[in-house]
Amino acid sequence: MEHLLWLIPACPLAGFLILTLTGKSMPPAWVAIIGAGMVSLSAIFTIIIGIDFLTFPPASGHHSQTLWTWMEVADFHPKITLYLDALSLVFIFVITFIGALIHLYSVAFMAFDKDYSRFFACMNLFVFSMLLLVLADNLLLLYLGWEGVGLCSYLLIGFWYEHSENGYAARKAFIITRIGDTAMAIGIFVIFYQFGTLLIPDILAKAPSLWHPGASMATITALLLLAGGLGKSAQLPFQTWLPDAMAGPSPVSALIHAATMVTAGVYLIARMHVIFELSPTVQLIVAGIGAATLFIAGFSALTQYDLKRVLAYSTISQIGYMFLALGLGAWTAAIFHFMIHAFFKALLFLAAGAVIDALNHEHNMSKMGGLKNKLPVVFWTFVIGSASLIALPLISSGFYSKDQILWFAWASKNGNPLLWLIAFLGAFITALYTTRMVILTFWGATKTEVQRLPGKLITIPLIILAFFTICAGFIELPHNFGSLTLFSDFLHQVLPETVLKSTANGEFSFQLLAALATFGGIYTAYILWHKQPERIEKLKRNEAVLLLYSFWHAGWGFDQLYKTVIVRPVVFLANINKNDVVDKIYQGITLVSIGLYRCLSFTQSGSLRWYIMGLVVGAIIILGIQIIL
Amino acid sequence: MKTEISMEMILLLAALLFVMGIAGVIIRKNIIFMLLSIEVMLNASGLAFVAAGSHWGQPDGQVMFVFILAMAAAEVSVGLALILQIYHQHKSLDIDNLKEMKG
Repeated sequence: MEHLLWLIPACPLAGFLILTLTGKSMPPAWVAIIGAGMVSLSAIFTIIIGIDFLTFPPASGHHSQTLWTWMEVADFHPKITLYLDALSLVFIFVITFIGALIHLYSVAFMAFDKDYSRFFACMNLFVFSMLLLVLADNLLLLYLGWEGVGLCSYLLIGFWYEHSENGYAARKAFIITRIGDTAMAIGIFVIFYQFGTLLIPDILAKAPSLWHPGASMATITALLLLAGGLGKSAQLPFQTWLPDAMAGPSPVSALIHAATMVTAGVYLIARMHVIFELSPTVQLIVAGIGAATLFIAGFSALTQYDLKRVLAYSTISQIGYMFLALGLGAWTAAIFHFMIHAFFKALLFLAAGAVIDALNHEHNMSKMGGLKNKLPVVFWTFVIGSASLIALPLISSGFYSKDQILWFAWASKNGNPLLWLIAFLGAFITALYTTRMVILTFWGATKTEVQRLPGKLITIPLIILAFFTICAGFIELPHNFGSLTLFSDFLHQVLPETVLKSTANGEFSFQLLAALATFGGIYTAYILWHKQPERIEKLKRNEAVLLLYSFWHAGWGFDQLYKTVIVRPVVFLANINKNDVVDKIYQGITLVSIGLYRCLSFTQSGSLRWYIMGLVVGAIIILGIQIIL
Repeated sequence: MKTEISMEMILLLAALLFVMGIAGVIIRKNIIFMLLSIEVMLNASGLAFVAAGSHWGQPDGQVMFVFILAMAAAEVSVGLALILQIYHQHKSLDIDNLKEMKG
């Protein structure tokens, strides 16, 4: 079965090529069939290959399929090789399966858009690039996919390019992720310089013998790779692009900016885990950045009124949890949270898209409300997604994934009480802003009437995702009840086990605390935004609270900071140097040429007699020279 | 009586004619006179060819002169046609009025 592996990325690529070349002249129904069909086909192949992988696990732990040699330069010959192991299987499953559902949803959601075929072409190209990223066996091919998803992200954020602010958001996302990408490219150069190869399995095998733990080269490499991951995954200090990226259509936000692309950083770190393990400092930095990001983004989410921006900040915050887990060495917990997050956040974005579409493109939550009975399917699926996001104990899958991270923040070898406290507070804030979002959108008085009800193609993907959001958590249960570890056992083929402190115990009391944080958050939000909204009004009269509110609303002033520290000086220097200094040399050359040309053109007087004179004088001079010499 | 005219004298005459021709082209303002001067120059060179041919007892010099004559005839016909056109368009044959190709 593994020889079919190439078909998984090939299907969306074929879809992209067909749609780009002939999409304009194709009837919309065909565009939908090709666009959604190719990704669904890819999902079917993934499931077939996945079942095959699970029933007959390969002896080496991976399948690899070499398609062709990309280029050959001396002893550098990267190949186009697809590499399937437990880690990439999880990723391709999430990408193709959720991707297929989102494509189905888009068939109805984008039906009235005039650029129907362009949308599906870009989405298919995205799925192809993302699959290439996770299936690559060498860093060069991974980087190709990495840039490919960046390009598609840019194209799809700016999909409605008629509005200049969408184009601005697209450029912002592209440029900020580019900073990380450049660092990552340098990291790849360093790796090639050190190892002489870009094959990921070779690098991971050689690294422990080449570098001793804490070696400075290992730290530098890990830091450079981390910078790439931070840019793509919108973590501190690169997080500012993701909230603006919500300018794209909702299915794009669901697929690219929630479920898959933004978790590429998590994949990269998990894939290169050996290098990170060799550098404890960087591990600590990863955990610290994750914790700081989840905290900061949580507070920002609390103050937003744009439904999609709340979800964007919550995505940043949840990816912060994944980075925290990676930093703690809880590799499988990070990947588990990635998978669960992909399900519930895709669900939340799609449901939010359905709400926004039903209210005729109203994003503002303060103008929503009372939708509970009008959009029942959307309401229930949204509640299921939210329950998972706030980690509602026992019944939601988010509980099983987030609880693991909280526990490891305390108990793992790299864990410490401060990280745990931040993650714990983050869980409380998550519950607070999520409940606020649900209350503002679905409860209270109706402020905007529902314009149109979502069709079947919109609700069916929601229901399927809701089903997975509930059930996916049960494949991994905590040690103290059930102790089911299907998922982590599967991933331990690739990723090392999490090392716990010898003194770690009392997992149950930590679960109880996490549950308390969740319920406390729900209750506080219920009081503040539903039961006694006058308390919020009272708080808003307080000067300090208002200041804090606007600070959080602006994403902790990071945009402003970057504007003052980076954008303004660069623009200032550019203004000073408007007439480029280096250009002066070339301007000088042109000036001299122009002067000489003026002199010469003076001789072209148009007077025939002067020309003949010139001829005669020239002839005399030449003859004279002949005679004299 | 056959008088031998020395080679130098003939070439001197040819050079004199040639210089007169050039001077005519340069000095004259009227295009028709310039054309005539060019004819003089052509004939001067023809004379030099014929003289050289007779000096070495070769027919080539006279052959060349026939070519020059043919060319001169063609040149005059084209030149006169051009002059007619110029007169049509500018109502003048003064070369100093025709400076449209000034750079």
